[in-house]
Amino acid sequence: MATTLTAREAAPAIRRRRPRSGRFRRVAIVLLFMSPWIVGFLAFILYPMLASLYFSFTKYNLLQPPEWVGLFNYKFMFLHDPLFWQSVRNTVWIVLFGVPVSIVFAVGTAMVLTRVKVGSGVYRTMFFLPTMVPAVAATLSFVFLLNPSGPINTILRLLHIPQPLWFASPQWSKPALVGLSLWAIGETMIIFLAALLDVPRQLYEAADMEGAGPWQKFRHVTLPMISPVIFFSVVIGVIFGFQYFTQAYIASGGQLHLGEPQGSMRFYAVWMFQQIQYSHMGYASALAWVLFLVVMACTVVLIKASRRWVHYQGGFR
Amino acid sequence: MKRMLCVLASFALFGAACTAGGGSKEPVETVNPSGSHAPVTLTVWDYFTERELSNLTGVLNQFKQQYPWITVNVVPGKRPIDFVRGINAGETFDVAIDSESTNVPFYCSTGGLVDLSSYLQADGTDLSTIIPPAALKYTSYQGVQCTLPLLTDAYGLYYNKDMLAAAGFSEPPKTLSELTAMAKKLTVRNPDGSLKVVGFMPLSTFYENTNMYNGNAWGTQWYQEDESSAFGTDPAWKDMLEWNKEMVDYYGYNDLQRFFQQLGGPNSEWSSANGFEQGKIALLYDGEWRGTFISDDKSKVDFGTAAFPVADDKPELYGSGQVGGTVVGIPKTAEHPSEAWLLVKFLTMNTKAVQTLANLLGNVPTTFESLKDPKLANDPLFKPFMEIFQNEHSYLLPLTPAASAPADLFADFQGKWEAGKVSDLQSGLEDLATAVDQQVGLG
Repeated sequence: MATTLTAREAAPAIRRRRPRSGRFRRVAIVLLFMSPWIVGFLAFILYPMLASLYFSFTKYNLLQPPEWVGLFNYKFMFLHDPLFWQSVRNTVWIVLFGVPVSIVFAVGTAMVLTRVKVGSGVYRTMFFLPTMVPAVAATLSFVFLLNPSGPINTILRLLHIPQPLWFASPQWSKPALVGLSLWAIGETMIIFLAALLDVPRQLYEAADMEGAGPWQKFRHVTLPMISPVIFFSVVIGVIFGFQYFTQAYIASGGQLHLGEPQGSMRFYAVWMFQQIQYSHMGYASALAWVLFLVVMACTVVLIKASRRWVHYQGGFR
Repeated sequence: MKRMLCVLASFALFGAACTAGGGSKEPVETVNPSGSHAPVTLTVWDYFTERELSNLTGVLNQFKQQYPWITVNVVPGKRPIDFVRGINAGETFDVAIDSESTNVPFYCSTGGLVDLSSYLQADGTDLSTIIPPAALKYTSYQGVQCTLPLLTDAYGLYYNKDMLAAAGFSEPPKTLSELTAMAKKLTVRNPDGSLKVVGFMPLSTFYENTNMYNGNAWGTQWYQEDESSAFGTDPAWKDMLEWNKEMVDYYGYNDLQRFFQQLGGPNSEWSSANGFEQGKIALLYDGEWRGTFISDDKSKVDFGTAAFPVADDKPELYGSGQVGGTVVGIPKTAEHPSEAWLLVKFLTMNTKAVQTLANLLGNVPTTFESLKDPKLANDPLFKPFMEIFQNEHSYLLPLTPAASAPADLFADFQGKWEAGKVSDLQSGLEDLATAVDQQVGLG
């Protein structure tokens, strides 16, 4: 039996269809606008990551088809490769010492700059300028400054202080690299400066009224208020610390002297680079994946731990 | 979720398969130079830059005169990893000129550079009558001749004549014990005990010493018959490292490091701050090119050259040394392999071309005929290096597809040894041998 829908009965169906097609159109437009990113992500991030995951289970030299070896590369890495552990130790050192020292130095510098009343712009520029110097040029400058007969050691000699061999000494090479990172602390410093200037004055006034001293104000007002920036700097510092390469490459003397002296500047990324040079792409991929997982784990731990010590104004996280 | 994982895995495998290189051997065609030809442009990837590039270009102009239908387009400044990436990516360059012969086993074993034996057979060329055996050895791997030599380096001893004469020596040392005694006598310290003049710098990281410690002077064996590392079994390694340590301890490790850094560190090797050119080092292990540098830097050092001293118990090795240099090959991705072969042949076997380049670059020529070049052969400072190259005991360290990995591992070990960080040398060498075998196994 044929039925005829009245306009009232048909209306809800029409109303239902309209939103669905509208939603589809909206999704299509969003996808269209996102497509450059999606294509880029698939082609230049996801595909290389998955390919390198596959290569990490193979012997692969770029010029011949990969040969499946299962977990061999990972077993070799953890059980038989002494230079892997050497590179891990060096990298952990730079993360554990380099990152905190850099943050403390950046906070200290920013705090000093907040107190400068006259010519503050000039001082801020001066402290930020080293950041503009390319890493290679900055490192070469430090190689010159820290030469055993260079300016720094000349001053130390005049002061009757022992003069280290710096980049030529396994004991001093990493501290020298940390010194270099402190010189180019501008970016981190400028973020801390902004955070410090953003701390509400009323909080300090309230602390003053409570009789708080400078340390207490710093401990209970400044630190909590800039804790999100500290957290950000720690995460970024840890990520970059695990990927430390350029400065070590240059300071050790380049291609022919990678990791010297005595392997003290063979960082994880340097060892991975050497494996690529040997065309051990399978092993290099395994190293890359371990690095990725470690960095990911550290970041997750830091994020979890941040809930205990990072204070967000208004309680937002 | 499972379906998603399957899709991702397939994607990865597909991608990996797309990335993986492969390749089959193309049938060889040779070109009849006297016939008529359509114009061809060859693309050459080479590592030469600046002055050396213009020298190469001059020789390529000679090639152009001989083969007027071929144009050569040179892409300079290519490093070893660029060749591998280029071949992997299917770049259609026709000739590869690589500075490092250490990569030859990799190219030959993977087919990245094609086996030239078919071309040689087609031309009826017997390489053994053209190129000395030392150069044929480092340009091939396990019977595959995938490259040919384009000049070579040869390492020997440079000595400061004035310093030797002042210390009462009329001849350069021929044995390591003579070198040790001479080096000690030639060393001068400042009043504060620091080093003013070093007789012989024994640090492994100093200038070209890495090559010295490849062990030619001690007759070291890198691999055993079963191709496993011989670090733990060949006593020559222990002898060499003990000599190394004795010398370092004589000077003091820190004093040597300080002296080296005061010269300007590794970079001083390639500038007028070079310790030998400055008269701060009396005896120097170096390659044949140093003479050209000394002249270019206008150093006033009056110097002589000779073969490097050898272990006292192996006098038969005197006159030999390390050799090895630039290699030329045809990538499997070449668009014009037949014309590329003409160029490879020209650069490596044409006497005039080889001699021209050898004179311009100050390197040792690599064919029997070109070694007769009167200018080079009659130069008393260069002649020792020509002789070192032709010595039957001269060689480049045996290579593997792992390229410089074994040598890098040894350098790392030696760095710790000379700094006094290795307590048991024999045990350390055995561990090193294991590490080398494992690294080679990764390839």
